[in-house]
Amino acid sequence: MTQSSTTQLDGNAKPEGFELFMLRMNKKFKSVDPYLTVAGIGLWLFAYWVLCEGLEIWRFNKLPGPVAISKDWFSTTPFQGISIFTQEYYDHIAVSCQRILFAFGLATGLGVPLGLFMGWSRSIRDYIFPIIETLRPIPILAWVPLSILLLPGFEGPVIFLATLASFFVTTLNAMLGVDSIDEEYFRAAGCLGSSRWDIFRHVVVPGALPFIFTGLQISIGVAWFSLVAAEMVSGDLGLGYLIVDAYMNNVTVPMVIAMITLGFIGYFSSACVRALGNKLMAWHVKELAQQGR
Amino acid sequence: MSSSKSASKSTASKKNKKLNSSQVEMKNVSKAYGETWESEEVLKNISVEFPAGELTVIVGPSGCGKSTLVNLLAGFEKPDVGEVTVDGKLVTGPAQDRMVVFQETALIPWQTTLENVTFGPKMRGEKKGRSLDDEAKELLVKVGLGEFIHKFPLQLSGGMQRRAELARALINEPTVMIMDEPFRGLDAMSRSLMQEFFLELFEENKKTNIFVTSEIDEAIFLADNLVILSNKPTTVQTVIKIDLPRPRNYKMLTSAKAFKYRKQAMDLLHGEAMKSFAISK
Repeated sequence: MTQSSTTQLDGNAKPEGFELFMLRMNKKFKSVDPYLTVAGIGLWLFAYWVLCEGLEIWRFNKLPGPVAISKDWFSTTPFQGISIFTQEYYDHIAVSCQRILFAFGLATGLGVPLGLFMGWSRSIRDYIFPIIETLRPIPILAWVPLSILLLPGFEGPVIFLATLASFFVTTLNAMLGVDSIDEEYFRAAGCLGSSRWDIFRHVVVPGALPFIFTGLQISIGVAWFSLVAAEMVSGDLGLGYLIVDAYMNNVTVPMVIAMITLGFIGYFSSACVRALGNKLMAWHVKELAQQGR
Repeated sequence: MSSSKSASKSTASKKNKKLNSSQVEMKNVSKAYGETWESEEVLKNISVEFPAGELTVIVGPSGCGKSTLVNLLAGFEKPDVGEVTVDGKLVTGPAQDRMVVFQETALIPWQTTLENVTFGPKMRGEKKGRSLDDEAKELLVKVGLGEFIHKFPLQLSGGMQRRAELARALINEPTVMIMDEPFRGLDAMSRSLMQEFFLELFEENKKTNIFVTSEIDEAIFLADNLVILSNKPTTVQTVIKIDLPRPRNYKMLTSAKAFKYRKQAMDLLHGEAMKSFAISK
């Protein structure tokens, strides 16, 4: 039966550390995927170059092309003021990242427990769900005036807006996560003598984790999105502010540099959330692997 | 059901310090779902006895409320009328003396096999640490999962999952095992292996077993008593005493006696199934 074949597999020593890494990389570069990615990026850059710098198509000629951008970006004396060698560039990045960490942390810290409790208890849901569902569709930009009236300084409104947007996503996903748990797990746990609190800890929380982490990946994206919007309206530093400031001063290169930087950092932050999720949900990762995903 | 035999058995087991099996009874139980003005009666006036230390199999046409019966026995739901008792005590909710093995697997997917098995005693704070783990491992070895204790349920095959679930139930030392179509969804081969394995386990520890199925062959192979349910609203139609020797093996299913039981049960069930088929048409 399956038993014997599994033991055989276990008999092969499992590679670890660097060896495992090399094995994975080797496997990866034998498949077609990484080459497709490289080809995709190359094609995209080429099209961009053709439009802006190669043929200088009408209206695209106002935008900085890839050559102009990389010249400034990697220059020690950038023509338009922002490059990887200027302190200012890192100040903007640091401020935005700090705000995201704070806003995302706050939204997660409030949203996950609230969503879990809403999924777990009918009466908590009855109290809170209608309010959340009413507030959720209000676009984040519509909150800008209110947040400026409500909170002092630059930081307050910016963090408030980023937190708010990601809070709704996180809360809703955590609640749906609890809804997604099969009733039989609750029954099995009840049958085995768990208290209500035990069920919350051992069934509700781990069972909702896949949904929670899907929600967190979306919510960190939403947090960046609303942070930049907020920084553009009310801010004194940060990548969103850099974009709007560059636009106002008619320097287009820093504007695009800030946009691309946002893209990279956003990608990286989602990847971090995903990695953390996979670490916490070994069972889920193995389940997906079983299905060939 | 031979009440004299079961009565003597249950008094004998009561003399033991730790009860190994309990007498379960349902008295005049009815259960309906939905609003009062359009309620659907699922169970109607069911009275049935599950003798201590015997394996009672419940068969009925599909959709006749077998799972509702299980929920009442387990204490997940309460009957509208009548009562469920275990050794004379009224059932008011789920408890560790009655363990349920569910239809599809209810192993908790985020716990390893070992964690699943130790879950009950840990939750109740009865046993802890090394000794509990050792006990669980011993049980898992017994059900043939010794090498899979650190795997997650979804890494196990269907048959292994069922065995893990049996281990998870048995570690709580229940006096009653309630099996709700436990082998449904297994392929024919694993199913018959599981039946044999389950019988061995039962014949060894003689707990009161209530086993729900829709397969007649499975029912006759396993049962001491065969309870045949009628169509909705469900009542007990007949109880057949299956008088085949134990330990049992598959050859007995081809004996003249088994064939007689099979025909009897088939006739009764076929009639009921025809009724429900006609209604659904």
